[in-house]
Amino acid sequence: MTQSLEKERSSSGDVGSVSYLDGYREYLPSQVNHEAWSSRFVLFVENLSVSFDGFKAVDIPCYGVGHGELRVIIGPNGAGKTTFCDLVSGKTRPSAGQVFFDGKEITTMDESEIALRGIGRKFQTPTVFDSLTTYENLLLALPGNQGWKDNLFRAESKAESANIQEILEKVSLADHRDKLAKSLSHGQRQWLAISALIIAKPKLLLVDEPAAGLTDSETEKTAELLLELSKEHTLVVIEHDMEFVRRLGSTVTVLNEGKVLAEGSMGEMERNEEVMEAYLGR
Amino acid sequence: MNPQFDKLVGSKRAFFALLLFTFVVMPVMYSAEMITVGQINMIGRYMCFAILALGLDLLWGYVGILSLCQFTFFCLGGYAMGMHLAHHGGPEGIIDGNGWKIPACLFVVYPYDVGESSGDALVPGFWKPFWNLPLTVALGLLIPGLASFVLGYFVFRSRVRGVYFAILTQAIAVASWLVFCRNDVKLCGTNGLVRFDVIAPAESLTTFNPVDAKDKWIESHEGSLDQDLNKDGKLDQLDYSIADVGFSLSSDEVRFGLYLITAACLFGAFLLCRWVVNSRLGRVLLAIRDDESTLCFFGYKPYVYKIFAFSLAGILAGLAGMLYVPQMQIITPSNMEAYRSLLVVVWVAVGGRGTLAGAVLGALVVNLLYNYFTSQHDFYFFSWNPDYWQILLGLMFVLVVLYLPNGLIGLLDKVRGSIGLLLRRNSS
Repeated sequence: MTQSLEKERSSSGDVGSVSYLDGYREYLPSQVNHEAWSSRFVLFVENLSVSFDGFKAVDIPCYGVGHGELRVIIGPNGAGKTTFCDLVSGKTRPSAGQVFFDGKEITTMDESEIALRGIGRKFQTPTVFDSLTTYENLLLALPGNQGWKDNLFRAESKAESANIQEILEKVSLADHRDKLAKSLSHGQRQWLAISALIIAKPKLLLVDEPAAGLTDSETEKTAELLLELSKEHTLVVIEHDMEFVRRLGSTVTVLNEGKVLAEGSMGEMERNEEVMEAYLGR
Repeated sequence: MNPQFDKLVGSKRAFFALLLFTFVVMPVMYSAEMITVGQINMIGRYMCFAILALGLDLLWGYVGILSLCQFTFFCLGGYAMGMHLAHHGGPEGIIDGNGWKIPACLFVVYPYDVGESSGDALVPGFWKPFWNLPLTVALGLLIPGLASFVLGYFVFRSRVRGVYFAILTQAIAVASWLVFCRNDVKLCGTNGLVRFDVIAPAESLTTFNPVDAKDKWIESHEGSLDQDLNKDGKLDQLDYSIADVGFSLSSDEVRFGLYLITAACLFGAFLLCRWVVNSRLGRVLLAIRDDESTLCFFGYKPYVYKIFAFSLAGILAGLAGMLYVPQMQIITPSNMEAYRSLLVVVWVAVGGRGTLAGAVLGALVVNLLYNYFTSQHDFYFFSWNPDYWQILLGLMFVLVVLYLPNGLIGLLDKVRGSIGLLLRRNSS
């Protein structure tokens, strides 16, 4: 890691090249000041690593996402993007290191606890419940209703039901309100999955490949939706589609072989030789 | 709200028609002697199985958990009621040192320690709460409920799923069967609990032991020797034991009353299950069936919901068992055998998995068929042997799985749909 840092610095004559550590230089891993980091980042990780059968899928000394930021993570196949999301959302337990969210350590919590703390996650494939209707899918996602007693004895309130209707109209699914989710098209399912995330009002949204398998017009609409969302939420978007990333126009983190390679705007990344080498395999 | 549910359970007219049939038509037919009390009793017993099937359908049809030990919970309830009935089981048996009567069924297989004689035998402590009927009913629901809760707590929390859960519950069914077969457990071994006489003697509602009950009885008859049943010139325990009056299980009125109570419980259980599956919790249960791991990321703890469903199914099974025993008048460990719990799966599958009405229909239909086809019948060209029943049952299961994924209730829906279509076509 230090070697690549040295390399970065030596070539720092080029203004465009940014070491991802530049932003965090004041807090090197050995001396992470948790309070300072908490006020600066909604999500940060420290010495986070996970290995599968000896293969280190993710190995990040320190990394953070600021409050209210829209951050895009890109990287070649197998770079550890999804694994990083798994670690943050509790699907996978890290082999070492810590994850902090909103000032609290969440490393050892399970998925549902992390979700209740305010991290929402959208998977690569749209995850909707097929035997429920569009409306019911969103009903399940309503915040503060996850206990069994609440679910058994209380029906949804008028305000909640209006809230669902509003979001359905926003993603143009209002006509499909009472249709079973299995009868929706792929794009509609994607939006339903995203709507379910929005309605849960998480502080941080992890969005895994939102544009995968969508038509051009749907991709455009999804980008608009994400940009609108970024006004109210902190977003971490994982994406392959370069055009889509450029459209989002936000800070980009490049992952490669489980490590953070570089961080900056999309333009900067395209001029960064190391990134292009890793990404395009040149 | 959900079109699927409307079709399956929302038919109010069908529900009221069945209610009418059960509580008006059947009693009228019975009083007109078109059906015998034996047939009423048989339907009452099959209704117990329907309650059991409702519980499994809630688990298997809605949450996708295949439990293969529902009959074990059924027997836990059944044995609770069985112990109560054995306590009040007429004059047979002996009085032990503490003034408790050892029921006849327990006495004949009592596991004596070395050097013990029959005079040293005592009624086991865990039998004693079952003297009192309200306590028996409470325990009959609580014990299976608690057993399923504890089992569910440990199994679902450690995320045991799918076929592993099915195998585990099957193993539990076999293990508990082996335990209940042993005489040392003091639950009458393979003989089971038999020789019942009366249900709910007046004393058993307010007293917690036979000594108090006897004293109360003698006090209430003080001075009058018309209750001196063995004609020895005094009122004592023996007279009380003979006169232990209640509702005799062999009388027609009581058997008919038990049918009515069972039917009421079945309708109650159905409404309870319908309320559960139509609540938002019902949606969560379906979501667990669809994709349990995704639900975690919505902030839900699926194991909580699975424990809830499993406990509810356990309580329903216990209720079914408690209603079954006074009608069958025997409960033996053979009800716990592994294949019995598999049969429940067949009922639900034949009736229609994932629909509450289907579970009830399946349990009633398969058992009525069982009743018909396990007796000798002579058809035109061949005579039906009761042994063929197993083949018929297997064939039925295979055919339903292959051609009727929604079971008989799906077939009914299809028939109703095509009749409606035909009518509309004719009228236009």
